[in-house]
Amino acid sequence: MTGGSGPYEAVIGLEVHVELATVTKMFCGCPNAFGAEPNTLVCPTCLGLPGSLPVLNRAVVDLALRFGAALGFRVPETSIFARKNYFYPDMPKDYQISQYEEPILVDGRLEVDGAVVGIERAHLEEDTGKIIHVGGGGRIHDAACSLVDYNRAGVPLMEIVSRPDLRSADQARAYVSELRAVLEALGVSDVKMEEGSLRIDANVSVRRAGSTVLGTKVEIKNMNSLRSLGRAVDHEVHRQVALLEAGGSVTQETRHWDEEGGVTQPMRTKEASHDYRYFPEPDLVPLAPTPERLGRVTAALPELPAARRARLRREWGIGEADARTLVGRRDLADYAEAAVAAGAPGAAVANWCTGEILSHLNETGVSAEVLPLAPDGLAELVALVGDGTLSRPLAKDVLAECLREPKRPRQVVAERGLAQVSDEEELGAIVDEVLTRHAAEVEAYRGGDDKTRKRKRGFLMGECMRATRGRGNPQVLSRLLDERLA
Amino acid sequence: MSGPGVAEIAASVRNGGRTARDVVEEHLARIASRDPELGSFLCVTAEAARARADEIDDLVGRGRDPGPLAGVPVALKDNLCTRGVPTTCASRILEGWRPPYDATVVERLLLAGAVPVGKTNLDEFAMGSSTENSAFGPTRNPLDPSRVPGGSSGGSAAAVAAGLVPVALGSDTGGSVRQPASLCGVVGVKPTYGRVSRFGLVAFASSLDQIGPITRTVDDAALALEAIWGHDPRDATSVPGRPEPLGADGEPGGPVPAEVAGLRMGIIEELTTMEGVAPSVRRAVTDAAAALEHAGAKVDTAAVPHARHALSAYYLIAPAEASSNLARYDGVRYGLRVDAPSTEEMNARTRAAGFGPEVKRRIMLGTYALSAGYYDAYYGRAQRVRTLLIRDFDAAYGCFDVLLAPTSPTVAFPLGSRTDDVLAMYGSDRCTIPSNLAGHPAVSVPWGRGEDDLPVGVQVLAPALGEAVMFRVAKVIEEAAP
Ligand SMILES: [Zn+2]
Repeated sequence: MTGGSGPYEAVIGLEVHVELATVTKMFCGCPNAFGAEPNTLVCPTCLGLPGSLPVLNRAVVDLALRFGAALGFRVPETSIFARKNYFYPDMPKDYQISQYEEPILVDGRLEVDGAVVGIERAHLEEDTGKIIHVGGGGRIHDAACSLVDYNRAGVPLMEIVSRPDLRSADQARAYVSELRAVLEALGVSDVKMEEGSLRIDANVSVRRAGSTVLGTKVEIKNMNSLRSLGRAVDHEVHRQVALLEAGGSVTQETRHWDEEGGVTQPMRTKEASHDYRYFPEPDLVPLAPTPERLGRVTAALPELPAARRARLRREWGIGEADARTLVGRRDLADYAEAAVAAGAPGAAVANWCTGEILSHLNETGVSAEVLPLAPDGLAELVALVGDGTLSRPLAKDVLAECLREPKRPRQVVAERGLAQVSDEEELGAIVDEVLTRHAAEVEAYRGGDDKTRKRKRGFLMGECMRATRGRGNPQVLSRLLDERLA
Repeated sequence: MSGPGVAEIAASVRNGGRTARDVVEEHLARIASRDPELGSFLCVTAEAARARADEIDDLVGRGRDPGPLAGVPVALKDNLCTRGVPTTCASRILEGWRPPYDATVVERLLLAGAVPVGKTNLDEFAMGSSTENSAFGPTRNPLDPSRVPGGSSGGSAAAVAAGLVPVALGSDTGGSVRQPASLCGVVGVKPTYGRVSRFGLVAFASSLDQIGPITRTVDDAALALEAIWGHDPRDATSVPGRPEPLGADGEPGGPVPAEVAGLRMGIIEELTTMEGVAPSVRRAVTDAAAALEHAGAKVDTAAVPHARHALSAYYLIAPAEASSNLARYDGVRYGLRVDAPSTEEMNARTRAAGFGPEVKRRIMLGTYALSAGYYDAYYGRAQRVRTLLIRDFDAAYGCFDVLLAPTSPTVAFPLGSRTDDVLAMYGSDRCTIPSNLAGHPAVSVPWGRGEDDLPVGVQVLAPALGEAVMFRVAKVIEEAAP
């Protein structure tokens, strides 16, 4: 961006926390699940009761290694867990088991729109519980009381720390979105930001374009969606440039993104500055994955989003935007591929999937895996459109019904008598009847300028379609209408 | 003064010679008559013990074997979690807390047929060497009630020495099993780190803590250790695999063979000649060594140079870990809470009211040692000393099978005599700390009487997982002791 005294460049690094999709928590056998009654998924270990001890869940390590193999990370021979000490009521032990100086993964990279973003490290740590402040506006300092739900305490997290390689809010969003797709494709995380299984902190600084010196960085917390990430980074970049332009300087601090106000605000220094007194966690032994284990994990890697997008574009002849939308949700891409496997052409399937089906998934929040219309049902719908049985608008209605209840498209067509009419004699009679009924409009069409003709034709076409109760084949109707108006 | 031992009780209950109920009643009666003076128990679970004894008798009656510790009354240091039974760590901060689970060692004792009779006193959170740091009052030494029993497992050692129970479990972070055993004239074992599961032991210093038995004989200690040791998947630092039994020909439950012929033994020079070691203690070590030599061992002097710095390293590492382990006592979830307008203030007031002075001192010391800017100079350096000490031991074990040293530098001291002198109190553990830092096993065995006719202990140290040879040496010392 440009200030009054010349161009500036934003330098952005992201810390992305993802909850790992394990069956049980990181150090105990409690279920790793979202949405249960408060404090029902707990045991002495994840409650940090005196005498309890952590035992590392092997699945946590395997998921991290899988992620590492996919993004070209180096896996050090050993990594260790440390204790991060600070008092907070949502932390049962008043320390968090995390990796500090020796993380499990170092030096990875992710390609985002042709640019390579370096990833400094990814490390494992346990999640905290959740505090609900009751009364007084929901903030800790004026709440009447605070309740803690420890169901989330001990859920495994991976923190993925990028290098400061990102240069704009858009690029930051693209990076997270690609990272999300990768994590989902690998089955490493559910990456549901709304359930808190993916959380982002951003480190933002600005400098004169062309400079190689880093500016003072500010950490931004509390961004709950890709949209708020983009807004927060944009706001912060502008704020810093304005500060520098006004002859001021940026203070190194942690700022809180205020979603409603659309601004970043300094956090209370007490919350922001801690001496965590890290030291090696004596209750756990160093983590040293064997070569066999690494080999096993690497051998089982699924296709990554970038490769999948390229393949779908090639095989289905679809554009990058559609490929990105499809692959952005693994469930949707899997669904589409299954429909194609059932015989439907890729382009048509992609069209339905990125349109009506995606909207339906977004509105209802369900996964494509549980849609009442199975992928071969979508293939059936595509075939009904392809052979002219259904018009596109009618097909939409049929799809809507099939997404509401478990019915096959053919069944809906039969029940509602929806099959498209293409019979020229039948449709010709209807067109004639409409033109007779609207003689004045026909006159206006014939004597009008281009604009009027276009409008009148649209009206007449609509009336024809209405007269067939939407079942008339639009191509045939259109041709018959034009023949008669000519 | 002392009643029947572990082996004797288990044998008579198993063969129906005596009922477990009878054994328990006898011990409960001893506790009732003697413990008001000693204060070794914080809680006696008489009803649960009777019920458990009846279960054992029922098993025997139906021809079933209740296990190697059938009907043996056992006392548990009150930092071992017991389901539904208060576990206080002798601290106000845990008053009223009842664990929802049993420690692994408690589960295993029950499985072996033992009958827990109560929880014993300790220095608060096992921090101390005299059991005077208990929030619920001190324990007295049964051999001279004006003296301390040592600590921090003073309640367990006193209870065994007074014959209130044949066996008690303690925990040993810097000598807390061996030193009180020595001061009370009984046997105390600290196993190899990881040999006995720490699951359910309320942590003081996690990299040093280890649970061990206190008994009146070496054979009894072996029986008790065999009941509680072995791999536990709930403790990530637990040693994998099954330990070699301690009896003759590798049999479990059998008496430990008194065989040391051909073994090479080194007396740790630095610990035996150090200033502050009482003449009787020094003499006990050399006399015991002579007895071992007489039994066929080869004895020489061994050098463990960094043993001199072990105490300083320990008083950085242990408090550092403790400062973190004890953070969870914040008034939020269990135990004491002193209310205040803000969470931070509630945390602070709760901890100020709940912890005693020694615990606070160590939390502050440990917090400081881990602080940014001081970490390398304190915690980091202490860990380097630990590494060097382990190298010293490795070198020594290249020449020797076991090492010998004093357990406590002195005999039991009078109550109150060291409470105002922190360094003198800390010095009580100088000879025991090196084994904790190295993670090696060690045992204290009584060797006659010293100053004021009070018991003296001799310590046998062995390399990691060297319990079998260590017990054989201990057995010879026990048989030769005056
Ligand atoms: Zn749990």
